[in-house]
Amino acid sequence: MRGLSLAVMLTLSSPAVAGVKEAVEDHVLPRVHSFAVQAKALEVNASADCTAEGVRPSFQNTFDAWMGISHLGFGPLEEEGRALAISFWPDKRGMVASTVAGLVRDEDPAVDDPAEFAEVSVAGRGLFALERLLYDPAYAGYGRGDYTCRLVQAVARDLSRMAGEVDAGWTDHAALMLTAGADGNGVYLTEAEPVQRFYTALMAGLEFVADQRLGRPLGTFDRPRPERAEARRSVRSLRNVELSLAALRDLAEKLAEDPIPAVAAAFDTVQAQAQDLQDPVFAGVDDPAGRLKVEIVQQGVRATQDAVAGEIGARLGVTQGFNSADGD
Amino acid sequence: MTTRRGFLAALLASAALPGLSWADAGSPAYLAAAREADGGYALFGLSGEGQDVFRVPLPGRGHAATAHPSAPEAVAFARRPGTFALVLDCVSGRVAHRLESPEGHHFYGHGAFIAGGDILCTTENHIDSGEGRIGFWSRREGYARIGAVPSGGIGPHEVLALPGEVLAVANGGIRTHPDKGREKLNIPTMRPNLAYATMRGVDEVMELAADQHLASIRHLATDGATVAFAMQWQGDLPDPTPLLGLHRRGARPVLCAADLPEQLAMEGYAGSVALSGDMVGITSPRGGRVHLYGLDGAFRGAAMRPDVCGLAPRGMGLMATDGMGGVLGLDGDRVRPLAVARRHWDNHLVPVGL
Repeated sequence: MRGLSLAVMLTLSSPAVAGVKEAVEDHVLPRVHSFAVQAKALEVNASADCTAEGVRPSFQNTFDAWMGISHLGFGPLEEEGRALAISFWPDKRGMVASTVAGLVRDEDPAVDDPAEFAEVSVAGRGLFALERLLYDPAYAGYGRGDYTCRLVQAVARDLSRMAGEVDAGWTDHAALMLTAGADGNGVYLTEAEPVQRFYTALMAGLEFVADQRLGRPLGTFDRPRPERAEARRSVRSLRNVELSLAALRDLAEKLAEDPIPAVAAAFDTVQAQAQDLQDPVFAGVDDPAGRLKVEIVQQGVRATQDAVAGEIGARLGVTQGFNSADGD
Repeated sequence: MTTRRGFLAALLASAALPGLSWADAGSPAYLAAAREADGGYALFGLSGEGQDVFRVPLPGRGHAATAHPSAPEAVAFARRPGTFALVLDCVSGRVAHRLESPEGHHFYGHGAFIAGGDILCTTENHIDSGEGRIGFWSRREGYARIGAVPSGGIGPHEVLALPGEVLAVANGGIRTHPDKGREKLNIPTMRPNLAYATMRGVDEVMELAADQHLASIRHLATDGATVAFAMQWQGDLPDPTPLLGLHRRGARPVLCAADLPEQLAMEGYAGSVALSGDMVGITSPRGGRVHLYGLDGAFRGAAMRPDVCGLAPRGMGLMATDGMGGVLGLDGDRVRPLAVARRHWDNHLVPVGL
């Protein structure tokens, strides 16, 4: 009898821990490694051929890999402002444009010293600075001898450095998540905390897709803002939505372990809606029919949030933060 | 003039017997409310090491508690727009008094004691006009209502006692009406301020520049000379707007901000503020971090902890509580867990005897 109740207790308490192991080992670690590999290729390719034509393919690959981990805004990505230094968006005040323009205008010598370049404003580094240099007409046609070429190489090298640090940092952070509650673990104080962390990242990731990636270009009915679509210069706005939904779905599946039919159905629906959109930079938000299609995707993402809360949150006994969700 | 009979009646009605002190309640260093694992709510006294000293059940989720300076009494406010506050006897665990906000008013969730603990001051909304009020209650008379003054703005949130029977009031600027819950009714025209008042009324108002009018001033801390005020941004996010200001009476405020990525990471929200030695901290449960500044306004560093909100001085450092039950010591930007309990610590950590 005593043995039975112990077994029942273990069964009750095990999902929280096991889902974390799968999320860490099968979701996070391969993805941060892939991002580091792609960013390294970007650095190498940019140093061999810094022209926009030469760098764009590996820029796109690196951005794809970033979409696989951009929702993991804790641990190594939270430290030293890395998440924003990799991806400075949304950029309400046009800081990427002005910072990049300033670097080029001044021919800032920081590009020749990696340590110094790491101190440049986050708005002048990372994927969005690089996108500006590779796709904006203002910089089109720069040559191998131009300052812009050295700036492209510096941004690529800096991205690769940060991606490597994220990859390496996750080795340590994974160990912390997998030893949650153990003596000496000052980051995860109980076994429940890594579950909470992943769950919060999952919900926040969905919210970011709905509110920012879709919500910013939608603007309001009277004032749609297609120019605010994420990464529209590199024609990635819809692609980013699709890739981040795929990444979030993977996290949901790993975290939950057991089948999650309601969540799976919600993802099926919204992913199909996004695929049907065929509006790569959300240019259609300007007219009512096109706008409606983007709004449908946004509603699909919100429905997915509800499904995650109802199915995964309830099963794991977690909700979004007690204070962060309800302050005063 | 107080009669002998009236005095005795008031004495009997007061929460704790004369002579009882916080030592009789286990000498808590802090008060903090929490939701417990079974879904109920309670107010806890905590030691300087974050260990439970006492537990008093609460009927629902509270916001902040106010500790009497010497007697073991805590005033727990219902979450806004609540109309009652409970004076808790922290020795017996019983409700000693129940304060009802006057007709046409509701509480905003914070209070402070002045006059050596004889008078409790509460932030209130005069519902019809939307004007803020500071209400006064006499502890000697069994927490009878004895008056009120305008708070100098709309939506007063935290009130803090300064030396010389002066109050600092964070007028958050946001108009609400209990019929509409917590809906914010005046965001485009809101004008928060930090006001200084006595029982006679407000005698100084500090307002930020016009481009900061969406920064709701909500929480306060002081060392007696400087008032640190924490803000919550009501505009579009992300925005690297400052969330902490330092003010000395008669002077211009100093606004404090971290480097761009750290400032953006706060998500426009500071939940609590505390001042310790020459250091000021603010928490962002949404951003999952504590930001530390010097009293000169310079950013000193960030400490990461999800859902962190409660913050209070501890020695020369700080102590923080979070929504996962953690109690953390902060020395510089180093975080050291002191305790973890199966409960969700609510918004504020209140020092006792400060």
